[in-house]
Amino acid sequence: MAVSLAASPARPRGGLQALPGGIFLAFALIPIVALLTGDTYLVSLGSRVMIFAIAAVALDLLVGYGALISFGHAAFIGLGAYAVGILSVYGITDALVSLPVALAVSAAYALLTGVVCLRTSGVYFIMITLAFGQMAFFTASSLAPFGGDDGLTIAARNTLAGFPLLRDERAFYYVVFFCLLGTYVFCRALVASRFGRVVRGAKENPVRMATIGFDVYRFQLATYVIAGALAGLSGFLLANATEFVSPAYMSWQRSGELIVMVLLGGLGSLDGAIVGAAAYLLTEEWLSGFTEHWKVIFGPVLVLVVLFARGGLIGLARDLVRRFTRG
Amino acid sequence: MADAVLHLEKLRKSFGALVVTDDLTFDVMPGELHAVIGPNGAGKTTLINQISGLVAPDSGTILFAGRDISALPTHARAELGLARSFQVSSILPGFSALENVALAVQSRAGSSFRVLGRAAAEAALNGPAMAALADVGLAERAQIPAGELSHGEKRALELAIALALQPKVLLLDEPMAGTGREETARLVEVLRRLKGRFSVVLVEHDMTAVFALADRISVLIYGRILASGTPAGVRADPRVVAAYLGDEME
Repeated sequence: MAVSLAASPARPRGGLQALPGGIFLAFALIPIVALLTGDTYLVSLGSRVMIFAIAAVALDLLVGYGALISFGHAAFIGLGAYAVGILSVYGITDALVSLPVALAVSAAYALLTGVVCLRTSGVYFIMITLAFGQMAFFTASSLAPFGGDDGLTIAARNTLAGFPLLRDERAFYYVVFFCLLGTYVFCRALVASRFGRVVRGAKENPVRMATIGFDVYRFQLATYVIAGALAGLSGFLLANATEFVSPAYMSWQRSGELIVMVLLGGLGSLDGAIVGAAAYLLTEEWLSGFTEHWKVIFGPVLVLVVLFARGGLIGLARDLVRRFTRG
Repeated sequence: MADAVLHLEKLRKSFGALVVTDDLTFDVMPGELHAVIGPNGAGKTTLINQISGLVAPDSGTILFAGRDISALPTHARAELGLARSFQVSSILPGFSALENVALAVQSRAGSSFRVLGRAAAEAALNGPAMAALADVGLAERAQIPAGELSHGEKRALELAIALALQPKVLLLDEPMAGTGREETARLVEVLRRLKGRFSVVLVEHDMTAVFALADRISVLIYGRILASGTPAGVRADPRVVAAYLGDEME
């Protein structure tokens, strides 16, 4: 009985058990590599990758585990970033204030819009999340006191309880690192929990979930708010990384890029979202070194990945591991 | 009448010009197995859908344990103790058989807003789920993804999910649909063993199963109840034989 009671894992990783450890070890070592090679740009690039990875992991909660294809995810990043920017205009520059405000604002916007969006599904859900995303974008564009279209330069990074911790590039990097690690561990626990099982069940068969007594809507709304708040965290970090906020952070193209990151890495594994964010941003970095029309090259590559690696890069890696361990 | 656990009063539903439920009044007593038979298109599945809340009736009321549930959403009816199975298996194909049932146990246990702890490893959920699987003979197949089960096993899994909810009333929409003779016999045996624990509304085309299990049979034709009574009474009713059983019993 004891053996048969051990239920199967939510999603077997299939030979890639070491992947999360590998990912975080690599991120932890980047500043040391940068120190040895003297390439300081590596550190800020790494921060940028991890900041978007936080938003991508949050989006994977929605798309990969809930089948909720949100096309307005960038709005929450923008809200988190604007919280930092607008507060700094009023002289409030401590993370102890701006971080909770960033999280609260993005969570509140997720709650208010989620109440409406989650009444719909499928293509309608995609369109309405896009609409709310654009609403945030145009609102930010019209905020003349805070830079309007041009965006808003932040005088200096936030302090942490008065200490200028984030102003050191390497310290900032590790703050971002622990934010990503925390996000990952939290989401990993979430999807395996009772709560997460209801969300995953609703993705598979919402009618069945209702007939066994689950109000699927409440669970999806809670997930939407969590994902929004995590994107707000990403926005808080992004504003501090660039010392600048702009409506472009919330554009629908940005939302599309986040979906591409999650698809590229592989849906519904959380690991895939991080790998996808890294692959997307590093490819962008690399290709844009050759030509400013780098998307002409990147587009076909993406088509090939979607066509031939349905599980994204994670799926591809899993297939390779399987082939090697068999042969 | 007053102590019926489920009572439908003048229920009416039409799809355009087609009246599928026509002023239907119907009740189920505690512990009773009430079978609904009738030709295809008689409105049996639509009736089950209205009781479980997936289809809204045009008029009429549904009383469940004395309470008007006509306006409640599906999940709220399930919480009150109204479980159902589907004619076409409705399971979570990517979840193991055990997890399919454990989710039903979790629903009954409440507290699904817990975000910590691995749900798949909770003995408090897996124990009752295994018991329900054992009830329908699926204990050996607990770890198999539900989508990979055979058709008959999926039918049994539907039943296990419903059992795990420990319902007051169980709505079974053609539980034997598409199963082989042996599997049908096994499902009949399971239902016979469980009879009396809760009330059952059984919609079924397999007359052997219906007459073996039912306390009462109602014959539904064009959304109306043509006849209702004990199995022996219904079998002998000339109107029923002419309209329906004549073909089915050959």
